[in-house]
Order: sequence, then C-alpha cells, then structure tokens
Amino acid sequence: MSDLLVILIPVFPLLAVLLNGLLGHRYSPALAGQIGCGSVGLSFLCSLVVLGEMVSTGTTREVIAYTWIFGGDLNVNLGFLIDPLTTVMLLVVTGVGFLIHVYSVGYMHGEEGYTRFFTYMNLFTVSMLLLVMGNNYLVLFIGWEGVGLCSYLLIGYYFDRISAAKAATKAFVVNRIGDAGFLLAIFLVFVNFKSLDYTIVFSQVDQLSTEMATAIAFCLLIGAIGKSAQIPLYIWLPDAMEGPTPVSALIHAATMVTAGVYMVVRNHVLFDMAPVALITVGWIGGVTALFAATIGLVQNDIKRVLAYSTVSQLGYMFLACGVGAYIAAIFHLVTHAFFKALLFLSAGSVIHAVGGEQDIRKMGGLWSKIPRTHGVFLVGTLAIAGIPPLAGFWSKDEIMAHAFVNGEYGLYLMAAIGALLTAFYMFRLTYLIFYGQSRVDPKVEHHIHESPPMMTVPLIVLAFLAIVGGFLGVPPEHGWIHGFLAGVATPAGAEVHEVSFGLLVGLMGIAILIAVSGWGVAHYLYSARPRAAEDWAARAPGAYGTLLNKYYVDELYDWMFVEPCKRLGRIWDWVDSNIIDRMVRAVGRMVDLGSAGSTWFEKHVIYGAANVIGFGNHLVAWSWRKLQSGMVHHYAAMIVVGLFLLVHFLLIWLTGKSVL
Amino acid sequence: MTDMAIPSGGIPWITLVLFLPLVGVVTILLAKEELAKWIALAFSLVVVAASLPLWAMFDVSTPAMQFVERHSWIASPPINYAVGVDGISLPLVLLTTFLGPLCVLVSWTAIQTRVREFMISLLVMETATLGVFVSLDFVLFYIFWEIMLIPMYLLIGVWGGPNRIYAAIKFFLYTLTGSVLLLVAILVLFFEGGQTFDILALSKAEYDPSLQNWLFWAFFVAFAVKVPMFPFHTWLPDAHVEAPTAGSVVLASVLLKMGAYGFLRLTLPILPDATAAFTPIIMTLSVVAIIYGAYMAFAQADLKKLIAYSSVSHMGFVTLGIFAFNAQGVEGAILQMVNHGITTGALFMCIGIIYERTHSREIVDNSGLAKPMPRFATFLVIFGLSSIGLPGMNSFVGEFLVLIGTFLWSKLAATLAALGVILAAAYILWMLQRVVYGVPSSHMAPKLYDMNWREMSMLLPLVGFVFWIGLYPKPLLDVMHASVNNLVQQEVRVMTVQDQPVKNTEQYVIATPHPSSALLESEAQ
Repeated sequence: MSDLLVILIPVFPLLAVLLNGLLGHRYSPALAGQIGCGSVGLSFLCSLVVLGEMVSTGTTREVIAYTWIFGGDLNVNLGFLIDPLTTVMLLVVTGVGFLIHVYSVGYMHGEEGYTRFFTYMNLFTVSMLLLVMGNNYLVLFIGWEGVGLCSYLLIGYYFDRISAAKAATKAFVVNRIGDAGFLLAIFLVFVNFKSLDYTIVFSQVDQLSTEMATAIAFCLLIGAIGKSAQIPLYIWLPDAMEGPTPVSALIHAATMVTAGVYMVVRNHVLFDMAPVALITVGWIGGVTALFAATIGLVQNDIKRVLAYSTVSQLGYMFLACGVGAYIAAIFHLVTHAFFKALLFLSAGSVIHAVGGEQDIRKMGGLWSKIPRTHGVFLVGTLAIAGIPPLAGFWSKDEIMAHAFVNGEYGLYLMAAIGALLTAFYMFRLTYLIFYGQSRVDPKVEHHIHESPPMMTVPLIVLAFLAIVGGFLGVPPEHGWIHGFLAGVATPAGAEVHEVSFGLLVGLMGIAILIAVSGWGVAHYLYSARPRAAEDWAARAPGAYGTLLNKYYVDELYDWMFVEPCKRLGRIWDWVDSNIIDRMVRAVGRMVDLGSAGSTWFEKHVIYGAANVIGFGNHLVAWSWRKLQSGMVHHYAAMIVVGLFLLVHFLLIWLTGKSVL
Repeated sequence: MTDMAIPSGGIPWITLVLFLPLVGVVTILLAKEELAKWIALAFSLVVVAASLPLWAMFDVSTPAMQFVERHSWIASPPINYAVGVDGISLPLVLLTTFLGPLCVLVSWTAIQTRVREFMISLLVMETATLGVFVSLDFVLFYIFWEIMLIPMYLLIGVWGGPNRIYAAIKFFLYTLTGSVLLLVAILVLFFEGGQTFDILALSKAEYDPSLQNWLFWAFFVAFAVKVPMFPFHTWLPDAHVEAPTAGSVVLASVLLKMGAYGFLRLTLPILPDATAAFTPIIMTLSVVAIIYGAYMAFAQADLKKLIAYSSVSHMGFVTLGIFAFNAQGVEGAILQMVNHGITTGALFMCIGIIYERTHSREIVDNSGLAKPMPRFATFLVIFGLSSIGLPGMNSFVGEFLVLIGTFLWSKLAATLAALGVILAAAYILWMLQRVVYGVPSSHMAPKLYDMNWREMSMLLPLVGFVFWIGLYPKPLLDVMHASVNNLVQQEVRVMTVQDQPVKNTEQYVIATPHPSSALLESEAQ
C-alpha cells in the first residue's frame, strides 16, 4: 500500500469540490454530477485496495501529509492513520456514499443548483474521510466540523425556504454545543500527553488517573452526543430532514451521525479506563433508543419517522459501546448504513413518485404502482425490524446479547422494548405507504411512476447489502468483522464471559419473537382492523398528543435556552447604551463643563494653538524645559487641546461646519 | 535582545514602507481630483510591494529587531528616529499594507464627495498605523499613535452617516483619554528607566513594583480603549455604524490591533511584575468581553453593529491569549489579530456592498440575498464561517492556540471562552439565516444585483488568506516563534528570579524554555 494511495482517498473528492465549485458554472450540470460521482467512486476503489492490503498484511500505518499547527510544544500534523477500524469506516463512507451519489444524479435531476449540490456532497465526503482517517484529534476535529458545515449547507439547500434555513442553523448550533465539549477534551488530552496523536496518547494512557480519564471521556461524550443526535442534543436531526432526501440518507443516516460512535470506539482505551463514563454512554444510548422509538410511533411524515428511527438506532450503537461491545457497535453501524440508506433512498423514490408528498396519510396502496421501490423498501423494513437473516437482525441481536450477558438487564429491557417499537413503526410505515386503500390526492394519482434506473439500481445494490450484510458478523462473535476488528476495538482487560450456546440461541429466539410481534401489531392496526389505530389514539389523547408533539422538547428548549438567550442580549443592549455609555458621557460632560469659560482653558488653548502652529525644535525644547520643571500635566493637557483644535479646524475646513 | 541593522548597502525598507503613503499624499495634492483614487490605489499597491521584502528577507531564527534604522532626531532629550520589525510586529505591518489597496477599492464608488481629502486621510492613516508598529522610540511611537486619531476622526466625521459628529467626538474623547495617560506613563518611564526613550532599553530596565502597578493601569486604559476591552467598548459600535465602509475596515482591521500590540510591545516586557499581578483581572475582563460581546451581537438588528460587537468578542480572545502568556497563547493572539483583521474587515466590506445597493444596514431590509446575489452570498457565508472559527479557515488556528494557551493558565477561563465559540456560531448563523436565506422583500428586490469585478477583486484575496492561514499557517507562525519565545521566556525569568508562587503547576511546566527552544533548534537544522 503506497502512502500516495492513502492520500488520494480524500484528494479525489477534494479535486471534485474545487473543479465543480470554481469552474462548475462553465460546464453542464450533467458533467458536474459525473465528476461528483466519479471522484467518490475512485475513492472507493482506493479504499478497496486498502482493504485488500489490510486483510493480507494486517499492518497499521501512519501517513503524514504536512505539519499544520505548531506553537510552543504543540505540534499537529495533517496525518492519517490507517488501521482496521478506519478501513471499515472508509468502505462505508465511500461505498455507501458512492451509491447515494449515483442515486442523486437521478433524484436531483432538473433541480436548481445541481452543481452546488454535488459540490457540497463531495465536500462532505472529504470532511468525513478526514474524520475517519485522521491520526490525531485535531484532524478528527477538522472533519468533525467540516461534516457539520456540509450538513448545515445541505439542510439549507433550498435556501428560499425559511424552515430549511432555521433547521440548518439549529443543526449547526446544537452541534456546536457538542463541539465545545470535544474541544475541551482535546485541551485535556494535550495538557496530559503534550501530544494530540492517537498513537502517543493511547500508548501512554495508563499514566492517566481515573479522574482525568473520566473527565476526558465525558468531554468526548458531549461531542459524540451532539454529532450522533443522542439525548439531550438529538433535537436537530428530525428538523434536518428539510434537506434533499439523498442528504438525509448520506449525512443524517449512514455516515455523519455515526461519527460519534466512531469517536467513542476510537477512544475506547480512554473509556475503558473510565467505567462511569462508559456506562453513561450505555444509558444515554439505551434511553435514546427507546425514547426516539416512541416518538417514531405516531409521526406522519415519512422522513421524520425514519429520522427518529435513526436517532433510535444510533442509541443502540451507543448502548453497545456502553457495555464494551465495540465491535458490535461498529457492526451495527455498518448494517445500519446499508438498510437506513436504503430506506431513505427508497423513501425518496416514493416521494418522487407522489410528486413531493411526504405525509403518509396521503399515500397508501402504492405497491403495485412502484413495485421495485416497494420491494426494496420492504427489504429495508425487514432488515431494520430484525427479521432474520437480514442484516439488522444479526447486529441488533448481538448488541442485545452483550447487554444481557454483561448483566445490564435494564439496558437489555430498553433495547428489547425499543426493538418491538422499531418493528411496529417500520411496518406501520410500510403498510400506510404501500398497502390498503390509496389515499393519494387524485390530482397526483395518475402521475405516479416508478423512478428511473439511475435511482433504482443503487437501491437494488443497497437492498442486496441489507440482505447479506449481516453475514459479516456470522457466526455471532466469530464472524469476519470480529476477527478483522479484534485488534482495535476489543476492550482492554475485559473479562471473558463464558456464554452457553443455549443462552445465545434463546436470546436470538426472543429477538425474533419481538420483531415478529411488532410486525403483528402493525398488521392488526393497519391492515386487519384499519380503524383500530384511530380508536387507540382517541382513547388516550394525552399520550397520543405528547408523542405527536415529540414530548414538547423543542418548546421546552426554546423556553429554557433560546428565549432567555435572546432576552439577555436585549437586556445587556439596554445596559450598554443606558448605563455604561451614559457613565462615559457623563465623564466627558464633566470635563467639558470644568474647562469651558475658565481661564485655565484659555491658557491651554493658547498653548495648544502654539503647539499646532509651530511644531518646531525650539518649541519642543521649550516644552521639555517646562516638563523637567515638573509640569507634566501641562504638557499633557497641551497635547490634548492642541490635537483637538487641529482636528476641529480640519473639520471646519472640510465640512464648513463647527463641531461644537 | 540586540538588534540587527539593515545589511550594509541595503535599502531602508521600513522607511520606504512608512513614508511612501505620504509621497502619495503629496502626489494627490498636486494632481487633479479625478486622479486621486487612482493615485491612492497605485501608492497603496506600491506599499504592498515594498513591504514584501521585509517578509522575504526576515530572519525567522532570531528574536532581534530587524531592518533597524536609527538616526538621532533631537539630541536632548534623546529622541531618535528608530524603527525596526520583529516577529510580533511584522505580521501586523503586512496586514496593514495589504489592507491599504482594499480600503481604496471599497471606497471607489461609495465616496463621491471630497475624494481627494478622503484618499489623503486613508494614506495618512496608513503611515500612522505602520508607524506605531515599527517605532522603537517611545516618542516616535507616541507621535504616530496620536496622528492616527486625526484621519480616523475625519473619516468618521466628514464621510460618515447621519450621526457622525457624535460618533466622531465620542471616538476622539475616548481614545484621547487613554492617550494622555499613555503620555504620562512614557514620561515617567523616561525618568525612571535611565533617561532614554528607547523601547528596547526600557524593556530591560527594572522598575519598582509599586511604580509598575501605576504604570500598568495608565497603559491599560490607553490600550484597553483601543482594543476595545469591556467596559471601554461603547465607542466602537457608534464609530462603526457612522463610519464609511473604508473607515470601518481600517478601524476593525488595523486600529483595534493597536491596543493589543501595545500590551505585547510595552506592557508585558516593561512591566512584567505588574502584568503577573494583574493578569487575573485582565483575563476576567477578556472572558466577559467574549461572552458579553457575543450576547450583544445577538441583540443587534443593524448588521454593522452586529459585527462591531462580534469584534469586542473576538478581541477578547486576543487579550486572553496575550495574558495567558505562554507560547501558544501569544502566538494565537497575534495570529488572531491578523485573522480578525482579515475576516472582520471582509465582513465590513460585505456590509458596504449591500449598503451601496439597498442603502440600509438593517437585517430586515436585507434578506433573501442568495437568489439575486449568489456570488455575494458565497462570500458572506465564507467570511461568516471564518468568523465562527471553522477548522480549515483562519480563525480556527488562532482561536485554538489561544484557547489551548488559556487552558494551560486556567481551565475555567478556557471553558467559558469556549462557550463564546458556541455563541459566535449562533449569532453569525442566525444573521446568515436572515440575510442569505429566504426571499428578498419586494421593495428591495429591484435594487439587488450581484457583485462586479471590482468588488470581487477586493474580497478574493481575503478568501485566499482565510484558507491559506487555515490550512497552512506555518509561514506566519514561523515568523513569530523566535520573538514570542523570547518574550515568554523573559516572563519566566522574572517569575523564577522573584520566586513568585506559581498557582498552576502546568503553567510552570509549559513555560519552561526547553521544549520550545528544542523545537526551534530542530527547525533550524
């Protein structure tokens, strides 16, 4: 593996950004799209070569591009670390990313700002690659902020929609809260290790006290929570659905939002030293998994259901980290990338078919009109719901089994209920979109059409991956991915639990039972007894309303943080102009009053005028004599008055007006 | 610290840079009024060219003053024409010269009356500000410091907005108050420091600690007003709002750096004991400025006021870094001075571009600009993101160094300052949301047209600097290392000699000369 190959991975999309960004207006949007896709495709090919080398030699390597920042004993390189964890992330980012780029060519066809779209998407890819490839915290941080920026730009892609602009701002600002935590973690790392390089930090980590490790881990966790949309910072992700659907698939499902999980796994050595922080990760994940799933139960916007589902699935990954099952977390990250990208893109295909409608109450019976989309969407649903042998089953089951085996029964229970709800809301979504009576607006009805191959081919590839992707981790604990990641994502000093085969099979059975039950309830409510869902909602209006309004968390945050912030700004503004400024003016007026009319003033005006007229040597010498006789204040006053007169005269000369 | 004179047979580059603008002034006076802006542009470009050799020939391995010229001016008392640059002043000199032509360009069509006088003011301003940065003699420093006020006063008072006279007088009184105290301090130093005005010699002398305390506060008021530090900042929003665009650019980019430069060049080296004693107060004020300025920016409906208050916040980072007094903090602060000059200057130019079209700076009047003005929107977003310190862009490097330096001094201060980073994102993005996104109001829509080539040519170089400093700051940091390490080590010497209790052990470890000098040696090889 040559170093050049590694550097080329982010350089291809970077070149595409520069080309499309600077010269894109000179050629056709179609070419811009081809450049955009092609660059990510090339990165994917390079990543495959990296994978091949990694599998055959298994050597981790570092590549330094150049020295970025240094000052004092701080020295930060723009450098890359290629190890199995990075390799897996590279394949997800470039592989799934490539499919989404191809899909976008069809989906965004004819949109205004097509070239701009691909420029931002490629910029996102560059940032995401820096994030997963960086060999130190600061490169990770560039990528981290870079993906946040692209998310901001792409959520606000339809810039004449004010709701899009608000969602974009919200996403960035909420993420910034996490970023501040991340920055503090970086400072703590630097103070303790005098370096920000992973290799140095992780090799000297045992010198750290538990308290310090806990502090660093918690700061990192704040960053991870923001980026991966966990409680309490998850609120930006559902709003982020304002962006075009491929953006939701790439950034807000498959890659960027998993950055927090990647970060925790990358730093697992630190988290292993801080059990309190680690279990906090687990509980945040568990609560988020369950909480987001409950909101997902009642949402009516197809993309919002998927958004809450993403928040919930990310919760599973955090839960996995929390119980030390880092490999399971990454495994679920990979399978989730497959089936969630698939679900978002096929949702896009549905939206495309029904003329931009996103409300599932205005769909129904679409399966015969868009059969290919229906097929792949169903695959996605089966995969995320945990129906074997599709991908989601294996990774989710592994997470739940780890929680159980580690004795975290509370977490196991939350994960299990979450899984039930997941199966339910996903099948609810499927039934409402594809089966039953059509509720489509009659005006749109006859326009319904299947998407072009440019969109359906990537969907079919993703559907294939969502079906077979789980076999990366089969048999459980001894699959390919477990062997591949064993060196980089195994908790230090973890006790090995002897788990009986029977227990594993039993847990698997329960998982299957849960998934099928969720499906069954959805079938009952949305197919067998079509009126039942409304009856249930009518029977518990309070609970239904709370869920529909997402527990009023947005309103709560507005009331708790946003409004006070604006109000404080206004109060301080008042203080600034009415107190601080008034005090200054009062001092000025006193000087004015004290000087006017007094002989003191006249005397110094004369001095001052003399000073202005002849700034010659003898005058200076004269003032020095004065000065040395202790009249410092005279001289000072003279300069003040002299300067004032000078500008006064100049002003009169230039404007014809007196200033006094 | 000895200084290195210009190489024998060499050209007095500093004098050239310093007085070329004044040659421009004379030329403008002799030429027709229509030619004034062309002459100003030509001379400011020549000044840029003349300042480049300073950078090219600068020896990064020494903390000494370079390109030093020393001529006796007045024998008794001994006042010299002494100028030179080191790693602290060179970045600021370059910033000043580079912004010169941009200020001329930004006024190209905006200034219609008394163009000749306007251009003269700009050029005098350039000489005065450069003079402050290169002076090695206290009297010379003070003369430039005071001359600077006059053109700025005129820029606001003659070519400013409706409330310009009030703003100009406020600006003048504020800064003049500081100047008087500065003058007194200079004279006291003259008598206490061995009857000399040589800044370097005065830095080496030792002063009674109680005297240092008095001098410190005299300096402090002079410099804090210029920075401006909380609570001396209220002149800034008024001055910015009333000033013409070029005035705002000079004010934000160069004038605000005077105070911070004063702290670095005078307060820290001359008054080390007082600095150490009062650092907590200054750090507190800096953190307050960061957060207070950010909240104020939130509340503004006027774009210029918003950016003005964001300057208060950003300059808080600069003073934070300076008084953290370690290599990271001080280098971050100097870099942040340059960054603030680039980014805030550019943002003021952007506002000027809108104002020329809509004649309003209110956010509500200027919304939905992305559609009619896509190029402009791109520039505004880039500079907005630079202002909030996005990695890969200039401000991040400076802010990161400042924060890490501050963190070594006090974790609490750094944490609070990091909150300022969140707030910055909030007010800038909220501004962008309202200005860039949405649809333009119907009565403004006909007035909106995208940027022309002149306007592009002022902002493009600044975009270049934004990314260059963000991605490869080495050339600038290289320039600073030797001087900053020298400055920081001076402080260590004082601290060890006086055996002051060190509150924070990490600070002590960080401030030891070994790692940085080792770094220097390895670079020299």
